[in-house]
Amino acid sequence: MAQESKLNPSGMGFLETRTRRAFTVYLPLAVFVFVLLFPFYWMAITSFKPDNELLSREGNPFWVRNPTFEHIHKLLFETSYPQWMWNTLLVSVVSTFASLAASVFAAYAIERLRFSGARHVGLAIFLAYLVPPSILFIPLASVVFQLGIFDTRLALILTYPTFLIPFCTWLLMGYFRSIPFELEECALIDGATRWQILVKIILPLAVPGLISAGIFAFTLSWNEFIYALTFVSSSEIKTIPVGVVTELVEGDVYHWGSLMAGALLGSLPVAFIYSFFVEYYVSGMTGSVKE
Amino acid sequence: MPSAITRSDAAVSEPKGSLLERLQNSRNALGLLFMVPAAVLLLVFLTYPLGLGVWLGFTDTKIGRGGHWIGLENYEFLWGDDVTRLALFNTLFYTVVASILKFVLGLWLALLLNRNLRMQTFFRAVILLPYIVPTALSAIAFWWIYDAQFSIISWTLMKLGWIDQYIDFLGVPWHARLSVIAANVWRGVPFVAITLLAGLQTISPSFYEASAIDGATRWQQFRYVTLPLLTPIIAVVMTFSVLFTFTDFQLIYVITRGGPLNATHLMATLSFQRAIPGGALGEGAAISIAMVPFLLAAIMFSYFGLQRRAWQQGGRD
Repeated sequence: MAQESKLNPSGMGFLETRTRRAFTVYLPLAVFVFVLLFPFYWMAITSFKPDNELLSREGNPFWVRNPTFEHIHKLLFETSYPQWMWNTLLVSVVSTFASLAASVFAAYAIERLRFSGARHVGLAIFLAYLVPPSILFIPLASVVFQLGIFDTRLALILTYPTFLIPFCTWLLMGYFRSIPFELEECALIDGATRWQILVKIILPLAVPGLISAGIFAFTLSWNEFIYALTFVSSSEIKTIPVGVVTELVEGDVYHWGSLMAGALLGSLPVAFIYSFFVEYYVSGMTGSVKE
Repeated sequence: MPSAITRSDAAVSEPKGSLLERLQNSRNALGLLFMVPAAVLLLVFLTYPLGLGVWLGFTDTKIGRGGHWIGLENYEFLWGDDVTRLALFNTLFYTVVASILKFVLGLWLALLLNRNLRMQTFFRAVILLPYIVPTALSAIAFWWIYDAQFSIISWTLMKLGWIDQYIDFLGVPWHARLSVIAANVWRGVPFVAITLLAGLQTISPSFYEASAIDGATRWQQFRYVTLPLLTPIIAVVMTFSVLFTFTDFQLIYVITRGGPLNATHLMATLSFQRAIPGGALGEGAAISIAMVPFLLAAIMFSYFGLQRRAWQQGGRD
């Protein structure tokens, strides 16, 4: 039966497959894209709506009649939002670079130096990657407290590597594995030290991997929530996700306009970086689940 | 290969030369030295807290007060606690339903993207957006979308004449459960779709050509070519997806804080509530530790359950 229908396509086959394709491919795809992007549109349109339009059921809510910068102005000049932005940036950048440096050494040692027990250490790194922050935050809060760094940016800078290092190491191990051993052997014969090999041969060849790991780690730290919520309590040290959720949601009347503006402005930096490095990002994501 | 390295190593690190020089070329010493930064950070902030968490679960520690060993008392209390039982049920329901939806929708989206589309890279880039923006912030957008008085979904359905009054998305237990699941699926589908798409793109077109010549229908091609070849990557992706869904915290904390009537409390949000605002660190730690067996079981199930077909690709059963 199947063969028959394949051998005898109907006369209007061209047109039919075209409409068929529109219904089976482009229509579902359009629905997916609409649903996946709608919350962002809604975030954006809400941040520019004046309060009277937000709180009325009249008119078309999908559009804004009198756009206003009132909410964004309020966010930037009447709340600690700029401070949260700075905190998030500082914590993300420092913890990303620290984790990346530690991961480069660890991945090189595990994958290339192959010291005794390297395979077990590699497995341990993978298991560390599987430990979810939501079962770690309570004892970690107690560790942070014992170290006397509770309610400081340092608490976040030191705890974010617990999920960044396993991830980056695992990703970089994959990249290092793809660099031919022969290059290192040649350098060794020419009298290069391991340090020189790492800096002059491996790292330049692993630049795409470093970018992938770096922007992924940056995004993960920018988006981190539970540690920042638990280990920090002063307003001037909070990160954007925690600040928006805990400080802008006060009282009985929700200020949806500034809430949405806060969400939008907090999402823009990662979306911006992401737009430049989509390919690296995708390869980081798919690379992290392979093997 | 490693043996070749070893030999050249030995040649270079002949006894002559300073200590530093020898250190630089000894694989074990240098390997351990290179591991130090990562190892110190992970031991202090990951391994030690994990052990501490297990210990805290057996104590009555409160914030600001050291605890005493109380054996299984925390677990006995939690076993009889209705809220904990409800949270366990919610977590399992949330994980199972959201994971199935993410898998089905993600696979569908991946298959759509794998067609010869114009602007494929554009679609791929746009679809990943929900995954990369901070979850806490997109959760706030969902909170607004689900607002009882001004929900855009209710407004649209009213205008279409499908409902007569605004839906109370977050005020009714089952509505709230399904609403947070929808938000979780929204955030998780891109990850599943893009990783499965990467898997689909590694399948050689010649398999499809061969099966088409043998007269396979589209469904048969999917069932007997795509699915078996995709199984290993499905197993890994779903293992990660289950892991992240089971331990989800942000979405619930932001959208419902566990309400209404604890109907959306997950184990993670409950342990936070008991431990941090409630101050009962020991009890909160016990809830976290209680998640581990379920987590391991879920991982085992999705990983081994889906990998059982390894023999089809020439591996052992």
